[in-house]
Amino acid sequence: MATQAENWFSRSRTVARPGYSRWMVPPAALCVHLCIGQAYAYSVFNLPMTKLIGITESAPGDWKLTELGWIFSIAIFFLGVASAVFGRWVEEGGPRKAMFTAACCWAGGFLISAVGVATHSLWLIYLGYGVLGGIALGIGYISPVSTLIKWFPDRPGMATGMAIMGFGGGAFIASPLSVWLMRQFTTETHIGVMETFVVLGVVYFIFMIVGSIIVRVPPDDWKPEGYVAPKANKLISSNNVYVYDALKTPQFWLIWVVLCVNTTAGIGVLGQASAMSQEMFPGHITPVAAAGLVGLMSLFNMGGRFAWATTSDYLGRRNTYFVFMTLGFILYCLVPLTGAAGSVAGFAICFCIIISMYGGGFSTVPAYLRDMFGTRYVGAIHGLLLTAWSAAGIFGPVLVNYIREYNVTHNVAKADAYNTTMYIMAGLFVLGFVCNFFVKAVNERYHMRVDGAVASPAAA
Amino acid sequence: MEHEQKPTTTLQLVLAWGFVGIPLLLGVSQTLLNALQLFQ
Repeated sequence: MATQAENWFSRSRTVARPGYSRWMVPPAALCVHLCIGQAYAYSVFNLPMTKLIGITESAPGDWKLTELGWIFSIAIFFLGVASAVFGRWVEEGGPRKAMFTAACCWAGGFLISAVGVATHSLWLIYLGYGVLGGIALGIGYISPVSTLIKWFPDRPGMATGMAIMGFGGGAFIASPLSVWLMRQFTTETHIGVMETFVVLGVVYFIFMIVGSIIVRVPPDDWKPEGYVAPKANKLISSNNVYVYDALKTPQFWLIWVVLCVNTTAGIGVLGQASAMSQEMFPGHITPVAAAGLVGLMSLFNMGGRFAWATTSDYLGRRNTYFVFMTLGFILYCLVPLTGAAGSVAGFAICFCIIISMYGGGFSTVPAYLRDMFGTRYVGAIHGLLLTAWSAAGIFGPVLVNYIREYNVTHNVAKADAYNTTMYIMAGLFVLGFVCNFFVKAVNERYHMRVDGAVASPAAA
Repeated sequence: MEHEQKPTTTLQLVLAWGFVGIPLLLGVSQTLLNALQLFQ
């Protein structure tokens, strides 16, 4: 029985038979990414969880927002750790095993957190949603990437863009669903967070399992009908690089910096867009309008993931990042001018485009890695690269919040307090442009041999 | 190897895409309605 179960999960059992449509794979990937994208909507639980004892308002013994903030931070930290540590296992074990593991961890995280809420033990929630959920985020995020790239060698950007778009879109489903569920389970003497966690855990488990059932990998020699491999191109390699050899190449670290810069620029404003817009346009942007702006930016974040990654199939990956860096530089320089001119529309347009490029950076990078390091270990290399996301998660908010705080305490008007940050962000894009410029073809000494041996056996 | 001999049908594709597409469209439309408040 154990052998049968192992067989069902194994990579060989997921090889597609003739006649299987590759268009079944994007929905399989979306089944996972739409679920783990819930992480972006976790904040809807924060306020209700500060009133679990007091019900109408926080009482002594209720958790504080600062304590609850650690749940999301731990989850994002473990996303980076898990994607880096389990990347090779995900690649070699196949997508079904990885998706199933992610489903168990994700649902398990919610169920443990539900117990944490019921027993009022914050450590259980740190362990459940933070650690276990974070591992699910890491494994689930990278699991469909290389599978999609192998099914769509003619459109790798579009394919990974579809999946990673789902991660951006998951919050659109999770946010209203969570609020609705909490409303159903809340009574005059009880806040329905625990029950909501249980329902979400079960629903997400079913959704992710469907993905793991329908996913397939193509046979080794499979090519789409009529597919003609791109002409010899220095920036699109037909060779594979072993995962740990990729770390020794300057290309990996240059792309790491480029992704980190792009993410820092986006993540900083994404978290502060509401407060920033209200302070830059006092009297013009109300809290309700600011919430509308955040929603609009989220839509551009999701749409940019698909649109930019698809565009990169035509422009080329390096050129797409040149567009991100150049356009990002121009737009960040323009933001203070829109504030000075009182142009809300100009401000909104600038940030919506910036956020679309933030999403586009995430979705284009797997195809960039595939171009540089080949398809064999692209998922594992992608996992290692996501540490740039974790780093940006620290840099972005620090740049926006601390510099604003410094300016305000030094008597700079609130409307102008973000200008320095905007120019620093523009400067970061110059750094990203330079790093992207130096991305060249990987030296052939890092290429795996045709027999599959790694370039540096010691690394294996 | 999987024991599936039949090719993927249009119905399977519609079901798979509907399974992920319908919830996503509902969520996006809800967010779009909220975002319209920026322009009111």
